[in-house]
Amino acid sequence: MLIVKNLTKHFGGFNAVDDVNLEIKEGEIISIIGTNGAGKTTLVNMISGYLKPDKGTILFFDKDITHASPYIRIKLGIGRSFQLIQLFENSTALDNVRTALFSKYGMIRRGLMPADRYTSVTEEAVKILKNFNMLDKKDLTPKALSEGDMKILDVAIAFALKSKLLLLDEPTSGVATQDKFKVMDSIVSAIRKEGISTLIIEHDMDIVLGYSDRVVVMHEGKVMAEGKPAEIMENREVKATLFGIVG
Amino acid sequence: MVKNPRWVAYGLIFIFLLFIPRLLSIHNLMLFEYGLTFAIVGLGFNLLLGYTGLLSFGHGAYFAVGAYTVGMVAKYLPEAYSLEILVPAALFFSLIIALIFGFLCVRHTKIFFSILALSLSMLIFALLFKLYHITGGSDGLRVPLPTMFGISFKGMRRPLFLSGTYYYFLLMIFAISCVVMRGIVSSPFGKALQAIRDNEVRAELIGIRVRRYRLYAFIISGMFVGLGGALWSFVNGHVTADLSHWVFSGEIVYMTLLGGFGIFEGPIVGAIIFTYLKLYAMGNTQYWMFVIGATLIVLVLLLPNGVAGAFASLFAKMGRKKSV
Repeated sequence: MLIVKNLTKHFGGFNAVDDVNLEIKEGEIISIIGTNGAGKTTLVNMISGYLKPDKGTILFFDKDITHASPYIRIKLGIGRSFQLIQLFENSTALDNVRTALFSKYGMIRRGLMPADRYTSVTEEAVKILKNFNMLDKKDLTPKALSEGDMKILDVAIAFALKSKLLLLDEPTSGVATQDKFKVMDSIVSAIRKEGISTLIIEHDMDIVLGYSDRVVVMHEGKVMAEGKPAEIMENREVKATLFGIVG
Repeated sequence: MVKNPRWVAYGLIFIFLLFIPRLLSIHNLMLFEYGLTFAIVGLGFNLLLGYTGLLSFGHGAYFAVGAYTVGMVAKYLPEAYSLEILVPAALFFSLIIALIFGFLCVRHTKIFFSILALSLSMLIFALLFKLYHITGGSDGLRVPLPTMFGISFKGMRRPLFLSGTYYYFLLMIFAISCVVMRGIVSSPFGKALQAIRDNEVRAELIGIRVRRYRLYAFIISGMFVGLGGALWSFVNGHVTADLSHWVFSGEIVYMTLLGGFGIFEGPIVGAIIFTYLKLYAMGNTQYWMFVIGATLIVLVLLLPNGVAGAFASLFAKMGRKKSV
């Protein structure tokens, strides 16, 4: 569904992303791992339209979206979350999801009837929160949520847009180590249920290992290795750069 | 059964307001009417400040547009000088000006937005002030008593007009404004505005066209303020260019802060308190600006959520204690 061809981005003399090729199939969960500065976020920024590539093309369902605006890409079905949590701080968890749904259905032009009257939307928002194990926290504002729950809510909003492709930038960054897997469990189980193609960015291999169909390793802007998680774990080059294991 | 106790409270307050002309002296009633018109202004202003997160220091412009619509019609189109034409006309002209100014302003946020809104309102001020032959310059324009659905009030003294028919007309418009604004802020549209206020990046990311929705909010806000200005002009009997001066815009900001912008009823409470506060401060000391300034400092330091906000959290605390 998504094909990235020869994508390149320089910042001054620095090659952030250098001639990257990538394909994501429908229903697939792919993780991109790599050290800091490997170009993972730059790549996602280009796929979601926040950065213009210097070279290369991006095809989404055979449509060239290399130069489309972020808005167009959202409408086409590319949703994303950011490394830093982006939530509506003064709205409840329910409203955070509901606003995304209203936007998705083009209902945000409706200006007179209270949002609560749109029961089908509210029910859908409740269902989504339930899928992410967040139902008991639906009336809390983000301030009252734990870091992990905020991350989950962040993904739930992107999920509510019924994106065909989800781009998750470090979904567990900032989450306490012991909660990381819990957060991943909630997120991935909801995504799997709907069969949404997902691209997860992570610098920690352990986190994505059990959740990915395929892992892509990036280093200094290039794809260093690609394959099933188990294969990647055995790749000597990857071991050397990512884990510092030589042998 | 009404599900929401809030609407019961609103209903009771409305019934109480119906009896205000019997309770207050004519002087205090007029002050209260000033307060009601400012309350409509505050409702509109707060859609932008409280719900969209944009602080305008130029909303006097739309107030002036509303008020001058009335003054100009009185001067140039006396045959159309009746309330049922003037109110839609004021709404229409404030819509046009808010559309043009808003289009320019919403390209920016924060202080840049505030200053741009201020500069544009000073443009209106300059026009009203300098085009003496059309607008009456610093003398302003007189606002005679209008007709209303064919009823003429010619020869009636203004206080009598204000304490009778006009009060109920004003109250009706105020009630409608409250209901409409309440609807707007709790609707999906209102949720989208709050989303923009809370997190612009994320709002864009869920497919909200941020600038466009800011413009919609700006226009609606300007129309409410224009409506307030038109209704105010009948109470005051006279409109001057000062209404579009930034000092007056500052007063709109002040009353919204006084009541509390984080709460729907805040600007209403603020507008009414401000009207009395200003008058009593002016009546008792020549340093009334000092009083207003000092109140602002106290407000910012002690009651950041305004008077209404303080009461709301007090009630919330009491409610929690009861339930424990």
